[in-house]
Amino acid sequence: MKNFICFVFVVVTMVSPIVMAEQVNLYSARKEALIKPLLDKFTQETGISVNLVTGNADNLITRLKSEGKYSPADLLLTTDVGRLYRAKQQDLTQEIATSEAISLLPNNLRDEQGHWLGLSLRARPLMVSVDRVDFKTLTNLEDLVSSEWKGRVCIRSSSNIYNQSMVAALIAQLGESDAQEWVNGLVNNFARSPQGGDRDQIKAVASGMCDVAIANTYYLAGMLSSEDTTTQEQAKKIKVIWPNQADRGVHINISGVALTKNAPNKDAAIKLIDFLLSKESQLWYSTANHEYPVLADIAWSELLQSFGRFKTEDVPLSRLGELNAEAVQMMDRAGWK
Amino acid sequence: MKFSNWFTSWFNSWYVGIVVGCFILAAPIGLVFVSVFFPQIEIWQHLYSTVLIDYIVNSLALAFGVGVLVIIIGTALAWCIARYEFTGRKQLQWLILLPMAMPAYIIAYTYTGLLDFAGPVQTLLRETFGWQYGDYYFPDIRTLSGAIIMLSLVLYPYVYMLAKTAFSEQPASLEEASRSLGVSASKHLFKVVLPLARPAILMGAALAMMEAFADYGTVQYFGLSTFTTGIFRTWFGLGNGIAAAQLAAMLTSFVVLLLVIEYLSRRKIRYYFQGQKPQQINRQKLTGSSAFWVPFICVIPVLFGFILPVIQLFNWASKTYSKQLNSEFWLLLWNSFYLAAIAAITAVTLALLFAYGKRLNPSKTIRFFVGVVSLGYAVPGTVIAIGAMISLSWIDIKINMLTEGWFDVSVGLVLSGSLFALVLVYSSRFLAVAMHNIDTGLARVKPSMDDAARSLGHKPLQILRTIHVPLMKTSVLSALLLVFVDVLKELPATLILRPFNFNTLAVKAFELASDERLMDAALPALAIVSVGILPVILLTMLMDKPSENSKQSN
Repeated sequence: MKNFICFVFVVVTMVSPIVMAEQVNLYSARKEALIKPLLDKFTQETGISVNLVTGNADNLITRLKSEGKYSPADLLLTTDVGRLYRAKQQDLTQEIATSEAISLLPNNLRDEQGHWLGLSLRARPLMVSVDRVDFKTLTNLEDLVSSEWKGRVCIRSSSNIYNQSMVAALIAQLGESDAQEWVNGLVNNFARSPQGGDRDQIKAVASGMCDVAIANTYYLAGMLSSEDTTTQEQAKKIKVIWPNQADRGVHINISGVALTKNAPNKDAAIKLIDFLLSKESQLWYSTANHEYPVLADIAWSELLQSFGRFKTEDVPLSRLGELNAEAVQMMDRAGWK
Repeated sequence: MKFSNWFTSWFNSWYVGIVVGCFILAAPIGLVFVSVFFPQIEIWQHLYSTVLIDYIVNSLALAFGVGVLVIIIGTALAWCIARYEFTGRKQLQWLILLPMAMPAYIIAYTYTGLLDFAGPVQTLLRETFGWQYGDYYFPDIRTLSGAIIMLSLVLYPYVYMLAKTAFSEQPASLEEASRSLGVSASKHLFKVVLPLARPAILMGAALAMMEAFADYGTVQYFGLSTFTTGIFRTWFGLGNGIAAAQLAAMLTSFVVLLLVIEYLSRRKIRYYFQGQKPQQINRQKLTGSSAFWVPFICVIPVLFGFILPVIQLFNWASKTYSKQLNSEFWLLLWNSFYLAAIAAITAVTLALLFAYGKRLNPSKTIRFFVGVVSLGYAVPGTVIAIGAMISLSWIDIKINMLTEGWFDVSVGLVLSGSLFALVLVYSSRFLAVAMHNIDTGLARVKPSMDDAARSLGHKPLQILRTIHVPLMKTSVLSALLLVFVDVLKELPATLILRPFNFNTLAVKAFELASDERLMDAALPALAIVSVGILPVILLTMLMDKPSENSKQSN
């Protein structure tokens, strides 16, 4: 009998409780720390509770797919557009029909059929050493492949989605052969075999290992607002250069949200989307995580303003998803680790 | 008791039970191999002409490098602790095990933070000597050899634990015999002691190598192209899940090869110890200079594998703990603890049943099935987790169709959406660890014991519970401990399969670290280490007790 009770106890603790109050279920590729504060605020304002699982976007998509029509998830949050595209391709999403906010978004930041939309924006500019680089010599991404930059470029591994998206965008805009040439040239100018994350590239520039890095702005902003003084000092040795301002603009990507095909709590989910696009949430993105808001009329934080305004690529973001595999193969061929 | 009539064919019910159990646990691994039937020629041509050779060479170099290094560190430490008496030996005994509580990716992050070009050590050197970049040589930590060292520093306890038990259980009579025959001490070591301990040492090394094959966190951070990083690159980057599974199958095949070699190397060796307590070896008291340098050398692995990284983590955590130490943190701690405990108990129970079933039915089929399940340890957690997710969701969907048809209610995702999925994956992934320990323990119990108990009319389960388990208490406990610590550190499967609003320390530490917020990750990382230490200390206390072989034999 005792064994039986133990068994029942274990089973009960293992099977997750079913809560009946109004709720939204969220599969999020955004880290908990970078979304939970907003969700808590949403619950406070509306009384709708939000259940959250975080994880790698592709794993979450696989989970969504294998759960089929019984999936509890209402929304899929990702940190890049390629994954939203992939979820839509696999027929896991549906149109976000009644959201008013969607009409406010620029066309290239949302899906044509309205299956997904952007929530925040990030840019991937050049970051150079304040002391060792003459800013005027560097205006375009294409400059980096000239022999002048040999052994001076730091960038992270091509396994990372930021680089995959960047190269995919280049393929979309320059065509395949020019993009391959650029990738080959860049690899040729690497200061070291790619390692670490974006912050590590910034640190490498700060300490003199290389002179230019390609990294996302919010990493630099995060370092500038760090509590650690060494990190701050390192970040201060860096200047942001916005490339290709005379032609196509700097590479951008979004974090975004898609409504799942079988969303059991559709109404509450749409309320959450509206909330995430509200002025206060958009402001939060820019102040807490130093991302750019997707809506034009939202003020930027001082830190973001200090990097300057910039022109962005206007290639439809879904193209980045389509070209992702090609970009990876291209980098494989160039020997970009 | 009509039931018992049916149960008289218990030989067969054990047989069936094991095959079914193995089948369930092996299903996620099996799914990986199914992929082989869907050839992806184009992708493979691309992989072959670009990165495949890198994957193979790096993975093999990593695993064998780790294998050699853990054998050296683990065996040397085990020898010193088992055979010598010196100041600090008691403390060292548990200190040596501590690196086990340290997740490999955490130690990689900390050392990189300390040693890379922009880190405090090199910055200090540059400031002191006025050097610039390129003026001096400093070994790069984020390389293949760096990864080998990082992994070996946290994996050597596998070899140490098994080797130490082997060394201390060798009866003193052996040494007396050698000495009486005029064999020198070093010859005795290489001709008698090491060959006798070889199965244990190789088993420990095999575990460490399997873990090295499956490592993702460290190699990913170091930017190394191995099978694990390749699997994810193919799956996420190239968007080809089938080719990724085929890569995983290829990786698993390497491990099969490794296990076959290990098995062949000890196939002909069977050592049994009598039930009664063998004459224990008296540890030799060290005097003179060796009394100083032996403890000094023994401390080095702990220093680098535990003390230094922990100091660095403390340093980071001291700057961030105030905003992290809230009720949510205690919940994380509790979640991690009870999940690891449930998983450890489940996995060890299964391992006991399987190992014992294997002993009852030493047939090829059983051996094969149990062998397949043990492979789980080398398959990257993500791959098993995805396999489990796909198979469990499939069952869930069928269950829901049934309940909808009969009662018009859907019960939801009872298996794949609950902790059940996690416990299943942990069991399938860490069964190998438990099995290795239980197998070694069980192999030392003489088969004549089983015969005696059976001839007295005891049932197999009863024999297992009342005779074997007490006899091999140390093995069972070390199996429990190892699985507990492994689950505590486990990341990819937890990340993929956990239910809503459920986080563990490892998930938290990883999310922060992968967001390049190492300082914020320090506190959860320290918590993993501290929760992991408790059972480590418990285990050493048990290991230190005189062998319990004698207690129940009469």
